[in-house]
Amino acid sequence: MRLINRHPDRAGRLLLVLLPFALLLFAYFTASAQRLADNPNDKLLPSASQMIAAVDRLAFTEDKRTGEYAFWQDTTSSLTRLGMGIGIAAVVGLCLGIAAGILPLLRAPLSPLLTVLSMVPPLAILPILFIVFGLGELSKVMLIVIGITPILARDLEQRAREIPQELLIKAQTLGASTWTLILRVVLPQLLPRLLIALRLVLGSAWLFLIAAEAIASTDGLGYRIFLVRRYMAMDVILPYVVWITLLAWLMDLGLRQLTRLCFPWYEGAKA
Amino acid sequence: MSDKKSSAVASESLARRTERSNRNGQVVPEDCEHRATQPAARAVGAFIEVKNVWQTYGDQTVLERLNLSIAEGEFCTLVGASGCGKSTFLRLLLGQERPSKGEILLGGKPLAGEPDASRGVVFQRYSVFPHLRVLDNVAIGLELPRSALLGRLFGSAKRAAREQAAEMLQKVGLGHALDKYPSQLSGGMQQRLAIAQALIMKPRVLLLDEPFGALDPGIRKDMHALLLELWRETGLTVFMVTHDLAEGFSLGTRLMVFDKTRNDPHAPNAFGARITYDIPLNEDRRATRAALDTLPAHLTDSLPTAQQGVRA
Repeated sequence: MRLINRHPDRAGRLLLVLLPFALLLFAYFTASAQRLADNPNDKLLPSASQMIAAVDRLAFTEDKRTGEYAFWQDTTSSLTRLGMGIGIAAVVGLCLGIAAGILPLLRAPLSPLLTVLSMVPPLAILPILFIVFGLGELSKVMLIVIGITPILARDLEQRAREIPQELLIKAQTLGASTWTLILRVVLPQLLPRLLIALRLVLGSAWLFLIAAEAIASTDGLGYRIFLVRRYMAMDVILPYVVWITLLAWLMDLGLRQLTRLCFPWYEGAKA
Repeated sequence: MSDKKSSAVASESLARRTERSNRNGQVVPEDCEHRATQPAARAVGAFIEVKNVWQTYGDQTVLERLNLSIAEGEFCTLVGASGCGKSTFLRLLLGQERPSKGEILLGGKPLAGEPDASRGVVFQRYSVFPHLRVLDNVAIGLELPRSALLGRLFGSAKRAAREQAAEMLQKVGLGHALDKYPSQLSGGMQQRLAIAQALIMKPRVLLLDEPFGALDPGIRKDMHALLLELWRETGLTVFMVTHDLAEGFSLGTRLMVFDKTRNDPHAPNAFGARITYDIPLNEDRRATRAALDTLPAHLTDSLPTAQQGVRA
């Protein structure tokens, strides 16, 4: 049978899914064990017990100086910034996308502008953000917003243009004004597409968050990673990276489930 | 009332003449043009008047010198080769495009330059909203005009709108599918939904752009029956673009053929299409309708069953 026609069965599939993860872990822990056998003070590839000890110290032991749990404190502040950034970007991107995609009078000035703006490397203007918005929370949130809004807006503009012209005309023959047409026809059809676009920019959002935290912050997951880098504390960095990955993956999963839950018509309508 | 009766008689003689010319095979362009202008002369206070309409895109002429006059309640079928401008004409009637030259009058007034609730439309595809259930797809037509701010109704007003929508859906045979999404419906049922959606607005004109082009022949038959029944019941003026000549002949009370009368092989876009044949059809239906219209309104309104009997 040709390779292209061979499908794994249920059990085989699960095995194939887990296999690369297992291989990665195996490779890491073998290398780690080897290095630690050569030099017990090696810091580059900490063992599982070392990482667990580090997590226990940061997540489940009260910090003597501040009385806080650093790990959870970092997680909350990072997620707050990320949530605010993504939330603002989603709303602004949606408005811009609808305006540029549906209203020809606004498309003319907006569409080329968005194309140009989305080409500005957000990290290059990070210093400007720090100068304009200060070193507080605002500049970090703004970096995420500026980084992902143009991408969201351009994607949604494209999706809005893909709404068949027939539907917009039909809505007008049913008595819709421009406003109610956007509210009842365009917006509901773009919301699931917004969630999909958000899933795609989630990676960039995390990137901008960690970059901003690394440069100017006093807490946050990115801040902690860059702080302990000075001591080469791989036993802290690695669990943090795993935790960030897990959070990002959960957000992606959540957005996917949300699409399915809130917009049951979407899967069928694509066909 | 009386001029409608006489117009029916006039069209009858016109039909006989058309047949004769077809039998003799003397179809010369001048004769066609003459016949095409005949109905315009017949109805004075026409419902829709097309006056010297041209439609050009750049140097491409699609329609030229269209002059038409259509009585209320007419079922016009538009046929012709692909790209001969029949869909363009429908878009002009819809208000999706404006004519390059000339004007179209609806009930004596210039046609609104954008689509509105006076003209319903059913396209071949993408006629229904994929994100709304069948019931809401129809109810939205009642909600949009009544709520300028949110475009939706609440509470008892919403319930009433939904009930009215359900009634309409019952009529087109979708009473069992109120809670489904359009993607769960077959092509024929989606078009039924699109028709119900258009009719809930009680438009005076219904525009159909190859509405059954994508349907199986059997389902197409059912849709024809449904459409004729709704047309009889509502007294709508219908314009239907179709590729299927048989469909055009069996459904319409007036068949219009779009074709180019002049053709320059070196500049295929230089001349536009005109209506080369304008054939009155299905005299019986037209006559029944005219007879009904002569009855006093209070009589026909109070006798809905009798009326349906006559019409069927």
